[in-house]
Amino acid sequence: MAMTNRKLGVLMFSPAIIYVLAVVGVPFVLAFVYAVGDVKIASVGYHYVGLANFRSVLESPTFRRSLYDSIIFTVGTQVVVLVGSTVLSLALKDRFTGRGFIRFLILLPWVAPVSLGTIGWKWILDSIYSVINWVLVHLHFVRPFDTPMWLGEPTLAMISVIGVESWRLLPFSTVILLAGLTAIPRDIPEAAAVDGAGFWRTLFQITIPMILPIVNVAILFGVIFVFTDMTVVYILTRGGPYDTTQVLPSLAFFTGILGSDLAEGAAISIFLVPILVAVAYFMLRVASRAEVG
Amino acid sequence: MVSGTGRRVFGGLVHALVLMAFSVLLAFPFYWMLITIFKRTNDLYNLQNNPFKFNEKPTLEHLQLLFHDTLYLRWVANTAFVGAIVVLITLVLAVPAAYALARLTGRWGERLGIAIFLTYLVPPTLLFIPLSRLVAILGLQDSLWSLIVVYPSFTVPFSIWLLMGFFKSIPRELEDAAMVDGLTRFGAFVKLVVPISVSGILTVVIFSFTLVTQEFVYALTFISSEAHQMVGVGVPIFLVRGDVYYWGSLMAACLITSLPIALLYNLFLDRFIAGFTVGAVK
Repeated sequence: MAMTNRKLGVLMFSPAIIYVLAVVGVPFVLAFVYAVGDVKIASVGYHYVGLANFRSVLESPTFRRSLYDSIIFTVGTQVVVLVGSTVLSLALKDRFTGRGFIRFLILLPWVAPVSLGTIGWKWILDSIYSVINWVLVHLHFVRPFDTPMWLGEPTLAMISVIGVESWRLLPFSTVILLAGLTAIPRDIPEAAAVDGAGFWRTLFQITIPMILPIVNVAILFGVIFVFTDMTVVYILTRGGPYDTTQVLPSLAFFTGILGSDLAEGAAISIFLVPILVAVAYFMLRVASRAEVG
Repeated sequence: MVSGTGRRVFGGLVHALVLMAFSVLLAFPFYWMLITIFKRTNDLYNLQNNPFKFNEKPTLEHLQLLFHDTLYLRWVANTAFVGAIVVLITLVLAVPAAYALARLTGRWGERLGIAIFLTYLVPPTLLFIPLSRLVAILGLQDSLWSLIVVYPSFTVPFSIWLLMGFFKSIPRELEDAAMVDGLTRFGAFVKLVVPISVSGILTVVIFSFTLVTQEFVYALTFISSEAHQMVGVGVPIFLVRGDVYYWGSLMAACLITSLPIALLYNLFLDRFIAGFTVGAVK
C-alpha cells in the first residue's frame, strides 16, 4: 500500500478546491475589501475609507429605489412562478401522448440562453411594433396610437420584467416540482380517492404537503436566481424608465463597471449577501434533513 | 356513472387547455422569432399588416445580413472555443475531486461536497467587480482567456456535485474486486470507474458547455471589443447599431443559437435537476 485512501483523496480534490477558492473565495473577500476602500477603475493604491461607501449608497435615492425594486421583482416573480409551476407540474405529472414534445416546448425558456430569449421579448414588447398591442387594438381593448408602452411606463415596465423573468424561471421550477410529484407513491392518492377524497381535497391535504420539501428547494433557488440576476433588466429596460426597474445587481454594474466606481459598486453588491446567507442556511437545513431521513 | 364520465371528460378538457395555454405562453417568443426571420422589412414595419401572416413574400435577406455583414459567426466560434477549453478544465478538476469526495474521504468529504455546492450559489453579480480588477491585473481585459479562467468558478462546483452522486451509485464491490486483481486505488479509478461513468461525465460536458453559452454578466463585463464577443452578449448588444434594431437578423441569431443548445440541454435535463433537488427527493 503506497498511499492511504485519505492521502490520495486529498491529492485528488485539492486542485479543484484551490481553483474554486481562487476564483470564488478570493473575489468574494475582495468584494468586502473594495466596499470599504476607494478603488476606481484604473486607480492605483488602496485607502481604507470605513463605511463611507455604504453611507453614500444608503443616502442615494437611486439605491433605495433599486432595493425596493429588487424586492418587488423577486417576490413578484416568485409568486407568479410558484402558482404557475404548481399548476403546470400537476398537468404534466401523468404520461400522455405528446408529453415529450410538450415538455420540450415548455422547457425552451430555461434551456435557451437567457439574453437571447429576452431579446425576443424586447421585440414582442416593442414600443411601436409590439404584437401584443396589435392584438389588443384588434380586439378593441385599446385604441390605435394610444397603445401601452410596455417598457416605457414605470408600472408596465416592472410588470414586463417580472413577466419575462417568470417566463424564464417557470420551466425550471416546474421540472423540480415534477421530480417531487413523481416521487409520491401512487397508492397514496389512490387510497385517498377510494376513501372519497375529491381532486381539491387530495391536492391540498395530500399532494401539496408531500411535495412541500421540494417546493422549498424550488423557492430557494428561485430567490437566488432572481435576486441576483441582472440580464433580463439590463436587456429589456437598462433599469429604466427613470430607474424604476433598476435592481441591485444592475445598479452595481452601472455604478461599478460603467461608472468605474468599483468601490461603490462593490458596496451595492454586498447587499446581495444577506439573502445569499439566508438561502444557504435553509438549503443546509434541507440537505441535513434529507441526510437524516 | 353518467356524471362520473362527464366529470372525466371535463377534467380531460381542463387538462388539455392548461397544457395548451402554458405551451403557447412559454414557446411563443421562439415562434415569433421564426416568423420574424423570414419577413420582409416593409412587412415588419407596416402597422396596417396582420403580423401573424406573411403579407409579402418571405425573404432570406435578414439571414444574409446576419451571416455576411455581421460578426455573428465569429461570436459563435468564440463561444465554441471558450466552451471547449472550459469543459476540459472542468473535467480535469471535477472528475478526480468528485471521486475523492464520494469515496475516499468519508463523512467530511461529504460535508466538503456540500460546501462546494454552496459556492455555486455565490452569483456573478457579487463577484464581477473584484474579478474585473483581477482580470485587469492579469492583463486579460478584452481577452477570451479572462472568461476561460473565470467560468470554471461555476462549472466546477456544479460538476463536482453532480458527479459525486454519480460515483456514489457505483457498487464498491467493483472497485474492491479490481484492487484484489492488483490495481491500485488510483488505477481502479482510471481504468474502471472513469470508463463506466461515461454517461455521467458526458452530462458534465454538456452542462458545462451550455452554462458557458448562457453566461451573460462576466462576458459583458470583461470583453469590450466587438470581435471578441461571446454570442450571448454579441447578439443582444452589438447587433444593435445605435438605436436601430435589425429585428429580422437579431431574431435569426437568437433562434439559430438557442435551438441546438436547447436540444442538447433537454436531453440531459433530468440528471441536471437531480443535482438541484439536494436529496429532498429520494
